[in-house]
Amino acid sequence: MPPVMLRTEALTKGFTLHLQGGLHIPVLGGIALAVAAGECVALGGPSGAGKSTLLRCLYGTYRTEGGRILVRHRGAFLDLAAADPRAILAVRAETLGYVSQFLRVVPRVPAVTIVAEAAIARGMAAEAAREHAAALLLRLGVPSRLHGLPPATFSGGEQQRVNLARGFIADHPILLLDEPTASLDAANRDAVLGLIREAKARGAAIVTIMHDTAARDAVADRLFPVPPLQDAA
Amino acid sequence: MTVDTLLSARGLRLSFGAIPALAGVDVDLWPGEILAVVGESGSGKTTLLNVLCGRLAPDGGAVWYRDPSGRLADVHAMPAPTLRQLHRSDWGFVRQDPRESLRMGVSAGGNVGERLMAAGARHYGQIRATATEWLMRVEIDPARIDDLPRSFSGGMLQRLQIARTLATHPRLVFMDEPTGGLDVSVQARLLDLIRGLVRDLGIASVLVTHDLAVARLLAQRIAVMQRGLVVETGLTDQVLDDPRHPYTQLLVSSVLQA
Ligand SMILES: Nc1ncnc2c1ncn2[C@@H]1O[C@H](COP(=O)(O)OP(=O)(O)OP(=O)(O)O)[C@@H](O)[C@H]1O
Ligand SMILES: Nc1ncnc2c1ncn2[C@@H]1O[C@H](COP(=O)(O)OP(=O)(O)OP(=O)(O)O)[C@@H](O)[C@H]1O
Ligand SMILES: [Mg+2]
Ligand SMILES: [Mg+2]
Repeated sequence: MPPVMLRTEALTKGFTLHLQGGLHIPVLGGIALAVAAGECVALGGPSGAGKSTLLRCLYGTYRTEGGRILVRHRGAFLDLAAADPRAILAVRAETLGYVSQFLRVVPRVPAVTIVAEAAIARGMAAEAAREHAAALLLRLGVPSRLHGLPPATFSGGEQQRVNLARGFIADHPILLLDEPTASLDAANRDAVLGLIREAKARGAAIVTIMHDTAARDAVADRLFPVPPLQDAA
Repeated sequence: MTVDTLLSARGLRLSFGAIPALAGVDVDLWPGEILAVVGESGSGKTTLLNVLCGRLAPDGGAVWYRDPSGRLADVHAMPAPTLRQLHRSDWGFVRQDPRESLRMGVSAGGNVGERLMAAGARHYGQIRATATEWLMRVEIDPARIDDLPRSFSGGMLQRLQIARTLATHPRLVFMDEPTGGLDVSVQARLLDLIRGLVRDLGIASVLVTHDLAVARLLAQRIAVMQRGLVVETGLTDQVLDDPRHPYTQLLVSSVLQA
């Protein structure tokens, strides 16, 4: 059995909306998810069930209300839900990669640099990181003429592919992918699925959200349903 | 406080008459990290910077700084010459209005050179070469090295202030609204410049800004201030994407997108 890389225990998350008179919205209740090395788990459930919320909890962006998020980091489990900010940053640099649905552009920073920075953060030499970044961008269909430009003026799909290159370049042991194939054409979608397969083959544990069922079936080993709490309450 | 905390403050209090500008504030900063301090006007951000850097004495609480040899020093108990020395080389202060820290009657190169000399540089040719290099780093044409700052635009003045401040390779820089008062296109250039310099030099910074997008771009952590208190802290994405305190939720909801 490959080792478990990521495990949640009784993960609970809701939002208290102070601007709406303190209204509390429960979203996740008692989530128990375990993902092994080399495994790709797709989150399922209707719109609003809390799939993106769960992914953001796993990255440490959303602070949980209860439960533990155990991440295998430097050979031991670390509870992200109880970790201080600096520990979370270290986990993100070395262990945990995340591809959000949209690229947050940084003014004046060229696409290739945005991608290379993620590899440099994991210890790759600057020159090697640039070469690797350029190759990955090409593989994802971002032509060379765009590499030196800041992505602010890129199309939505081009920006998303820069985002994907940044997420995949650092070979993190755990990858969280929110809709990695949305807004991509068939050729680029296949390129992303190829990257996911390679990541699995090198032993990455992957949690993803994919509405495209054909793409999902092509890479996911199993579906983890996120049950909607709102309707039940 | 941990073994490698660079700057640490506990229980800072300071009132101006009946106004509690700081009502019990804790701050920790680690090497190479940027902490953004955000919050409404009058919440105590500038006062906090002034107390952290030793310019204003608090009514209560303490600030410790770990010097390069690893010793912790109480900022408000150190002798005045020691504090002055810190400000000359180890620390920097970037103000919203560059005219407050630049010498307007001294050339651009002189402004940078002066700080290098205060930190111990003596060789004229070397000082001028370093000043030239810094003007280029902040994208000021080195041909203007002998011009007075009076002839510079607002954005250029701010870049000159940054060159002057960073030329001594400080370990810690306090910044008070470094992009305030500049128009948006000039801001983006300045932000990118600060981002690159801070990262390349490994500088730690306490950055006061009212602009959440600036905090998002530059800072690893955020502290939100309201009425002299830090009401919420966390990683930048935690505070901006999942704000928990009522005031932070108001702050985040009142901007379009940060
Ligand atoms: N930062 C937030 N503040 C308040 N409520 C939030 C926040 N993030 C998510 N929610 C709420 O949590 C619930 C789940 O949202 P989430 O985005 O996780 O759903 P989802 O399963 O990803 O849906 P979709 O398939 O449409 O993307 C929604 O009711 C949403 O409004
Ligand atoms: N020297 C002073 N004398 C009297 N009151 C002062 C003095 N300095 C600050 N204050 C008051 O202390 C409070 C905090 O001021 P401070 O300048 O720290 O706010 P700030 O958060 O920096 O605001 P802004 O965003 O407007 O710059 C304010 O109510 C201010 O009027
Ligand atoms: Mg979603
Ligand atoms: Mg102020």
